[in-house]
Amino acid sequence: MALNAKTLSEDEYFFGHKACAGCGAALVVRHALKVLGPNAVCALPAGCMSAVGFNFPQMSFANNAMITPFAATASVLSGIEAGLRARGGAPDDAIVVGFAGDGGTADIGLQALSGAIDRNDDILYICYDNEAYMNTGIQKSSLTPYGARTTTTPAGAHAHGCLTEKKRLFEIVAAHGIPYAATASIGYLNDFIRKVDRAKGIHGTRFIHVIAPCPTGWGCAEDATISVAREVVDCGLWYLAEYEGGRFRINKKPKEFSSVAHYLRGQGRFRALTDGEIERVEAGRDETWRRLAKLEEL
Amino acid sequence: MSEKKFLSGDEAFAEGVRLARPQVISAYPITPQTVVVERLSEMVERGDLDADYLHVESEHSALSAAIGAAAAGARAFTATSSQGLLYMAECLTYAAGGRFPIVMMNANRSTCLPWNIYGDQRDSLSLLDHGWIQVYAENAQEALDLALMAYRLGEDARVRTPVMVCLDGFALTHTYETVDVPSPAEADAFLPPYETSNRFDFEHPVSIGYTAGPAYNRYYKQREHLDMLAAAQVVDEVEGEFARTIGRAYPGVVDAWHCEDAEEIVVTLGSIAGEVRDVASRLRAAGRKVGVLRIRYLRPLPGPEIVAAVSGARAVAVLEKDVSFGAEGTVFTNVNSALHRAGCPVPTRNFIGGLGGDDITEGQVMQIFDALHQVAGSDAARVPDVTFLNIADQGGER
Repeated sequence: MALNAKTLSEDEYFFGHKACAGCGAALVVRHALKVLGPNAVCALPAGCMSAVGFNFPQMSFANNAMITPFAATASVLSGIEAGLRARGGAPDDAIVVGFAGDGGTADIGLQALSGAIDRNDDILYICYDNEAYMNTGIQKSSLTPYGARTTTTPAGAHAHGCLTEKKRLFEIVAAHGIPYAATASIGYLNDFIRKVDRAKGIHGTRFIHVIAPCPTGWGCAEDATISVAREVVDCGLWYLAEYEGGRFRINKKPKEFSSVAHYLRGQGRFRALTDGEIERVEAGRDETWRRLAKLEEL
Repeated sequence: MSEKKFLSGDEAFAEGVRLARPQVISAYPITPQTVVVERLSEMVERGDLDADYLHVESEHSALSAAIGAAAAGARAFTATSSQGLLYMAECLTYAAGGRFPIVMMNANRSTCLPWNIYGDQRDSLSLLDHGWIQVYAENAQEALDLALMAYRLGEDARVRTPVMVCLDGFALTHTYETVDVPSPAEADAFLPPYETSNRFDFEHPVSIGYTAGPAYNRYYKQREHLDMLAAAQVVDEVEGEFARTIGRAYPGVVDAWHCEDAEEIVVTLGSIAGEVRDVASRLRAAGRKVGVLRIRYLRPLPGPEIVAAVSGARAVAVLEKDVSFGAEGTVFTNVNSALHRAGCPVPTRNFIGGLGGDDITEGQVMQIFDALHQVAGSDAARVPDVTFLNIADQGGER
């Protein structure tokens, strides 16, 4: 039976934490662990999920888990995997999994991630992307999208928020020739669950980049996390894809994109964008999808 | 049966690591450490060492991977030098606070800028406060033996602290000596496999490396401090066990040479100690009452042992290959603190030399002893607190 939101384990492995109401990242960790089970060994760098889950004496992981140095999610995962193998005796379904944010992955952690993929270490790396350094209070990362207001890309008379485009992390990871990489959105939960399950069954380095809205930083309602995470896919600003065996596959191709303006106007962080800037975002989306089509043909 | 081999310091250390049977090695090359990681990779390739060798992409990852391995309960090794040590600096406090008894070799090398690949001790001494036991080898034999003893010391349940074994770059790492290499059976008799409760456990899952706020933090930090202090006693026990099983004796946290009746003593550390003893032995032959105190372990600070060795002297010099800019030599500060706390009034002077691989000549060592003679006599005021060796202009007074 295919694993989905209905057939998923009732057991909880990540609870009692102090994440904000509506936190998308907490949903990522919670659901991934339901797929991976109690013998997953977790490593999390500095970031929202480590900040909310490891406050002595209130530990929030039912699994073995540790915080890593900020830049070192992937290298600590590699060390854990090697150490467990050297010691022996780990259960057959033990899997070493990292949960790192967008900054912890695409900025400070990218070098260690690249090293781990180069070695093809037997680890699963999940990047929960809430599109800024949310734990420190909403600062720009290289996965912050164009036009998003953060506390270090303020919207004023001269700039309307972030001036750079989102780094193409999925393609960077795929360019290593990794055994498995995927993008996902917490708004399309069954797709995310399927990808975690798929990754679980593959050996070597595996990577999942999952969009996880942050109501606090995005300026949306706390109960809008799922709908916003769906809308970003529906309007084409995010895509659900996989890279496996050297081939790209786009999992969901909307026949018609929903309104980019509606997606952007629904969030406080994009409030300063002009109509012209929204058109620029749309043009960027179309360029991305043209590139994705070419990647799929490779 | 042990075996005689002609080895450089790096190679001898690699032999010691092989005998210590680390299960995970993560390493990144940097001169003059490189030979260690080359030899270890060859040992792994040949099957002489059953370890997982991680070719990490940086020193930061080298130590963080070792931390991950230690969290899984494995014995881990890494090695670095200079800028590499500084690059992994945040991971030093991580390994120490996590109580992961990783052993790391540091090839002591100058720090930038200016670029310089040669030996001095600025790198490790600038990180003295990062929670690692620091021990300085004098020769290749001691380096090899320290590779084994470091694991036994750091893994001791009373210590549970990572250990940095420092070898002077080139002077020690690249100088060849005849070294006695213990047999695997001898090494195994000395060093049992690593067992710890400070690791992931599938029966009873644990959180490791967590957050402890103001209400708890101090307990962790005090424990770290007290356990490091306790390591001084454990050093003696480990060396006693080493002498019994391997047959070589070591003198504890410091190595005192003719200090008991010495009036003038040079305190130093690392490979230069041999040259200082050579000069001192000539002076003794000429009737001068001189001694040499080699600090082996700088953390934990061997305060009582330093005091015991030099408190009868009339003048003490600290010769070291580093400077804490705007202050003085770091070893000098530490020695002065130990003497001050013990109420020991012996006058001290600091001599800084060997920076960026500069030779410390026998003539300079002789000058240090002559300066001590002045300090012990009536000319103390003419010897400045801090002297840079081999520089004519000592700069302004303050």
